[in-house]
Amino acid sequence: MISALSASLIDGLMIGLVYGIAAMGLTLIWGVMRVINLAHGAIIALGMFGIYLLFTNLGLNPYLGLLVVAVAGLLGGMLLYQLTIRRVINAPYLSTLLATFAINMIIIGLGTAAFSTSPRNVDFTLGSTNLGEITILNTRLVAALAALGITIGLYLFLFRTRPGKYVRAVANNRTAAELMGIPSSRILALSFGIGVMLAAVAGALIATFFPFTILSGDPYQLKSFVIGVLGGLGNPLGALVGGLILGVLEGIVPNFMPNTWVPVLEFMLFVLILLVRPSGLFGAKR
Amino acid sequence: MKRLQTLVLALLATLGLVLSACGAQNTTPANNNAAAPGGGGTKTAIIGYTASLTGKLNVESTRQSNGLKLWMDQVNEKGGVKLADGTTVTFEAKFYDDESNKDRVQELYTRLATDDKADFLISPYSSGLSDAAAVIAEQYGRIMITTGAAADDTYKKGYTLVYQAYTPASRYLTGSIDMLAQLDPAAKKVAIVNENEKFSKGVADAVKAYAESKGLQVVLFEGYDAGTTDFAPIINKIQQAAPDVILGGGHFQDGSTLAKQIREKNLNVKMVGLLVAPPEPKFAELGDAALGVIGPSQWEPQVNFTAEAAQQKGMEWFGPTGSEFVSAYQAKFNEEPSYHAAGGYVAGLLLQKAIEKAGSLETTAVKSALDYTNMLTFFGALKFEVDPQAHGLQVGHDMVFVQWQQGSDGKLVKQVVWPTEGATAKALYPVR
Repeated sequence: MISALSASLIDGLMIGLVYGIAAMGLTLIWGVMRVINLAHGAIIALGMFGIYLLFTNLGLNPYLGLLVVAVAGLLGGMLLYQLTIRRVINAPYLSTLLATFAINMIIIGLGTAAFSTSPRNVDFTLGSTNLGEITILNTRLVAALAALGITIGLYLFLFRTRPGKYVRAVANNRTAAELMGIPSSRILALSFGIGVMLAAVAGALIATFFPFTILSGDPYQLKSFVIGVLGGLGNPLGALVGGLILGVLEGIVPNFMPNTWVPVLEFMLFVLILLVRPSGLFGAKR
Repeated sequence: MKRLQTLVLALLATLGLVLSACGAQNTTPANNNAAAPGGGGTKTAIIGYTASLTGKLNVESTRQSNGLKLWMDQVNEKGGVKLADGTTVTFEAKFYDDESNKDRVQELYTRLATDDKADFLISPYSSGLSDAAAVIAEQYGRIMITTGAAADDTYKKGYTLVYQAYTPASRYLTGSIDMLAQLDPAAKKVAIVNENEKFSKGVADAVKAYAESKGLQVVLFEGYDAGTTDFAPIINKIQQAAPDVILGGGHFQDGSTLAKQIREKNLNVKMVGLLVAPPEPKFAELGDAALGVIGPSQWEPQVNFTAEAAQQKGMEWFGPTGSEFVSAYQAKFNEEPSYHAAGGYVAGLLLQKAIEKAGSLETTAVKSALDYTNMLTFFGALKFEVDPQAHGLQVGHDMVFVQWQQGSDGKLVKQVVWPTEGATAKALYPVR
């Protein structure tokens, strides 16, 4: 039993870190510009296809491909902001919700036309590592470490660099930031770009070990919402911890009950947090 | 209030008119061209069906429809079927695209039975669509052969004219238990993990009951959601239960992912048997993870049932041999036939045999001939349940089990390992 639990715990922690960065993308965009990005899942799926196409067509190592996906995500996100979000950012929530939902539908429609919905696989393996009775898949381990590295990188960016500080300032109080001479429009574009990048990178990492279709982003988008609420929307560290909690839950719970109960528990937790602590575990008290 | 009453009355009146119109169209099934009295004339029997030329079932359904077309061409080339009164019957297909959509199926089968005056019906592909079509066939009094449809419950609704060509879901995996008993009588522990969906759940329930009846211990019995990609929690659970054998799966995507992750986790089991995925050629792309995995198939091109085998079993042999079917199909469609194609062909074969035996195109005569079907074909044995509780359920046909094995050139090859009389290789056991 101990070995089964520790195997589940390790699997859960590893996948939880990846969930964490997916959720970070969502929560960062919310925190900075109060936009709920409903295209989040579709962008995760695009990240998966990015890796797939680079690997299958160009034979690029998936971890090099990851860098390409990250840069494309950042630039694509900024472009998307300039084209669409910028025009509705001061409109009521419903407008931004509908705008991002429209983007979601466009991506999924184009993706279905181009790739159909048959499952794809990045046929890549790094083997596995044995720790006693526990077998750890190396691609998952690398993904977990990459996720951890990205989180640290994001923190250094937000707290140690000037643009990072601008991002936090805009998140805090956009008007005040503008009065201090911060170019808020560019900072918003940058934040949206980073949010999209995180989603795409999470998708790319997931694609190295799970099969996917253009519709595969949806479950991760849902998880991102739960994680965001759990950790406190707008708080990247909260997203990471939320991701870990969700991952561990998914790993451990099936040891005690049928695995189909996992989503039930996850969403019960979601409701519970909303009732008891709506600002999330790490959210600022209002 | 008064207006409401008038409205309701008007609606009822319309409904009545529509119903009586439908009733009027529901007259005798046969026939079109008048037969010359005294024999020697010709007739055309219309075979109505739908195929999913578009939508998610497109690939399988097209193959099934190709198989049926091949049968029809062959019969017609040979001059058709002779009836008792000397009339020669040739066949004509009437078919539509059902878009893989249940509602379309019901609409189109109604049209086939009424406007097109089809004499016999063949089902669309898949259990769901066939179930929808069966209601219509029964309602309009047409015989329907279902193929590409394995669910059991269609035959438990009291239908009398619907006949199943495929082995039903309830017997999909039971052969693996018999196989295990022969390979390793000491193996006692079975883990069953299946997709939570009608077909897979039906198979899992049935194999669980069968395994327990054979004295095996089911150490884990669990479903997973359709669309699951992360099997790590389930595999950890299987590891904990330490089974000799894992059975289950669902469809291609989840089955191949499960097989892949079982291998990645180095799970130590002697046999892995999964639904649907292993017989697909694409399964070999899993490489090492596919090695040794067994799976049930309705039919495989290599399986070799013969007229001699039929004689030994005291059954009648009918139709072409497996290799004749494979080469004719390959010549016409330029690809190796899958079991879907064979299923389409055999649906035609069943009708042909019954019409020959009945010597008539009348529904009642053909129905009683079908009830007494007991023959061996290249597809395997065929026999129907005649008890009204499950009329039309396939009871003669058995699944064959394939296993991916290492060929002499190091590449993976699909071998038939069960039943032993149709096998092309010995089963690889234990896998690891």
